[in-house]
Amino acid sequence: MNLSLSISSVSKSYNGKTVLKDCSYCFDSGGIYVLMGANGSGKSTFLRICALLEEPDRGEVNYLSGGSIIKKDISLRRRITLVLPGIGIFNTTVFNNVAYGLRIRGLKSGEIKDRVERVLDFVGLIHKRNQNALTLSSGEMQRLGIARAIVIEPEILFLDEPTASVDKENTEIIERIILDIKSGSQRSHKTFIITTHDMAQAERLADSILIMAEGRITRA
Amino acid sequence: MHSIFLGFKEAFLLILNLDRELTGIIFLSFRVSGAALLIATAMGLPIGALLGLKRIPMKAMLISLSNTFMGLPPVVVGLFVYILLSRSGPLGFMGLLYTPSAMVIAQTILAFPIVVSLCHSAIVSVNPIIKQASMTLGATPFQSTITIIKEARYGIISGIVAAFGRVMAEVGAILIVGGNIAGYTRVMTTTIALETDKGNFELAIALGIILLMLSLIINAILHSIQRRAISGARRIDIK
Repeated sequence: MNLSLSISSVSKSYNGKTVLKDCSYCFDSGGIYVLMGANGSGKSTFLRICALLEEPDRGEVNYLSGGSIIKKDISLRRRITLVLPGIGIFNTTVFNNVAYGLRIRGLKSGEIKDRVERVLDFVGLIHKRNQNALTLSSGEMQRLGIARAIVIEPEILFLDEPTASVDKENTEIIERIILDIKSGSQRSHKTFIITTHDMAQAERLADSILIMAEGRITRA
Repeated sequence: MHSIFLGFKEAFLLILNLDRELTGIIFLSFRVSGAALLIATAMGLPIGALLGLKRIPMKAMLISLSNTFMGLPPVVVGLFVYILLSRSGPLGFMGLLYTPSAMVIAQTILAFPIVVSLCHSAIVSVNPIIKQASMTLGATPFQSTITIIKEARYGIISGIVAAFGRVMAEVGAILIVGGNIAGYTRVMTTTIALETDKGNFELAIALGIILLMLSLIINAILHSIQRRAISGARRIDIK
């Protein structure tokens, strides 16, 4: 069943400063949504709340499948993933970083090896599989973050500023990866929700462009 | 001066000939300190992790208590364990006084706060994004905790090695609770103290050399662990 996401009247404040204010939106399954907005407009907070990393102060975040609301437990969390802006690279090899999500799901080592190598090849990091991941460049780390996320085949993938602080060459590679994943997963109705500052990038990637301003989302 | 020179010469001969008394003392030292370290780590690592990862009542007080106890005077620990295990003490019925077990208990008490404090420090120094990253990849709270502990491994190993160095070099507590009985509770440090008192420098110097070498090895291990951890942190900083 396809997974969709409904956000209803979500509000969030930090230290008295309102970041999200009665924010509502419904993400249907499939396609790329690009969320744009100025610095501090609440894009990252919105993504963290959607990815169930944070609770909203008010409002509801519901995942739906076949019209029914899905319980927010570990099995739902394993159907979605968020690539954080700082990524959170583990101090181990590139291979082990990508294998992490599969190991915690209890997959067999043969299947883990196949899937990790396939994804590393896809993001262009197969030749660095045995290298410590902390020695990668920023762009390679970002690609590793995406590899770590797509290897677990999430139904909804959140990418928070995937090309921020990345050079032009790596930006192009990352955009190509996102578009390739999208074209390869059109039948499985995978959903991408991406934040960016770059309007041109939003136009290159998006099926729907959304604007976040004053703590609310509007369609561009 | 001549007697010191002779002492060194005899000491090297004892080491080279693998003197039976010497090896017995070394073996017992490792057995006692190893067991103490194992117990202290088994108890201290989960407690250090708990203090580092969970919100628990009186957390700040427990952390400062464990930091304070890192500098526990060994003789005070020895006295405390002696009172507990002496015939008239609450655990006197166990008949553990003047046995290697009593020495293990005393050394465990000395190593425990070191393991707790240094494990706690290592765990809180892990970047919070690691926990979030593991959760976004579908880790359960327990899997997430294991991931953080793995990331803190260099700091944790440093803590365990430091605790081992402390208990191996300790003399006051085990002298009080072990009684320094030849062939039974006599370890490297207590032998050095005894033989120096008696003016028998050969065995004392031989054991002193071994203890110094051990200290050198422990420091080398610590240094190597710290270098690996620092180079890991630098790799992130320069990005």
